[in-house]
Amino acid sequence: MYDGGKITAGLVIFLILITFPFWYNRGKASTTPERPYPKDQKACVEATNYMKASHMQLLNNWRDNVVRVANRIYTNKNGKTFKMSLTDTCLDCHTSKADFCDKCHNYLGVLPYCWDCHLTEKGKT
Amino acid sequence: MESSRRKFLKIAGLSVLGVGAKPVLDSLVQAGEPTYATDQEALEGTHWAMVVDMKKCRDDCRDCITACHRGHNVPEINNAKHEIKWIWNEDFKHAFPTQEHEHLAERLERQPFMVLCNHCDNPPCVRVCPTQATFKRKEDGVVMMDFHRCIGCRFCMAACPYGSRSFNWFNPRNYLDDTNPDFPTRAKGVVEKCNFCAERLAIGKIPLCVEACKEKALVFGDLDDPNSEVRKILRERFSIRRKPGLGTGPNIFYVI
Ligand code: SF4
Ligand code: SF4
Repeated sequence: MYDGGKITAGLVIFLILITFPFWYNRGKASTTPERPYPKDQKACVEATNYMKASHMQLLNNWRDNVVRVANRIYTNKNGKTFKMSLTDTCLDCHTSKADFCDKCHNYLGVLPYCWDCHLTEKGKT
Repeated sequence: MESSRRKFLKIAGLSVLGVGAKPVLDSLVQAGEPTYATDQEALEGTHWAMVVDMKKCRDDCRDCITACHRGHNVPEINNAKHEIKWIWNEDFKHAFPTQEHEHLAERLERQPFMVLCNHCDNPPCVRVCPTQATFKRKEDGVVMMDFHRCIGCRFCMAACPYGSRSFNWFNPRNYLDDTNPDFPTRAKGVVEKCNFCAERLAIGKIPLCVEACKEKALVFGDLDDPNSEVRKILRERFSIRRKPGLGTGPNIFYVI
């Protein structure tokens, strides 16, 4: 076989590279990021579990309602009302985008483009 | 025999359906669907329009432009090719090209006309938008843009005969010193235009430009309401619209 040595060496290097993430992280369990929950608030717009799993759908509904239907007020299952606003309502409690949103989004590798347009500074009244 | 088997299957089917449907129905009842509503304060109108009284408008004043552009985080880009305009000045011959002639009153010839999106009755920009990012609200006639949906194809810019739309060639934030946190900025690759201050109408406020004009040259109101101020002015004074022959049905009226 021509260049048998080179092929074997190449295969070995290839295997090392492709398995690198496995042995490099061996024994280290990756931990989910700790995020600060607001201390002065007991409940979010909806139940925490629902928010964890479905905040994107909720925000999408808010967006369509505000922009396309001119609805501004959201009443949750318990009858509590909120102004549908990312900057005003969400950031009122979750005051640090970097600590709350970014930590988890970075961990999961999702890059929502909300903040390309929406401003993180809390709304003036 | 045949009929009893059929009966059996029917009963079995119904009971399976009953047992299966109960939890589904229960969960629907429990969910107590959230609801969406308009703000109680929202201005009510079914056909918003604006009258611009050019006899009151001062040549050197830019209050309306400043207020709108500040309030909506419109960047100042001093390059005609890249600038973003929601409300701006145009001279008579460009604003009203079909009504210009060589013996025009001197005042009209030199006076800057305040122009903005006409919130047309029959807006070509809406017709050509492939994503329905541009749409006309049935309830009040405002021609809106859903910036989230804009894919930057710029068909609307080609379709609008008034140049009412601007494209963001760059990230607008690079051109904003000061931002108003109550209104988002736009992103590179998105088209924008005047939204008749929909975000203010929704909470009971009149458009920023109208509020900012000290001369009261701008009047906002409901064309469907015969007692509105816009209707009163249009009843009493002679008014013109931009390029009416195109059939777009502009809702900005100029009293000259
Ligand atoms: S003025 Fe232009 S952008 Fe505004 S509604 Fe009419 S066609 Fe559309
Ligand atoms: S109506 Fe509102 S968005 Fe339109 S030009 Fe006036 S201030 Fe700007």
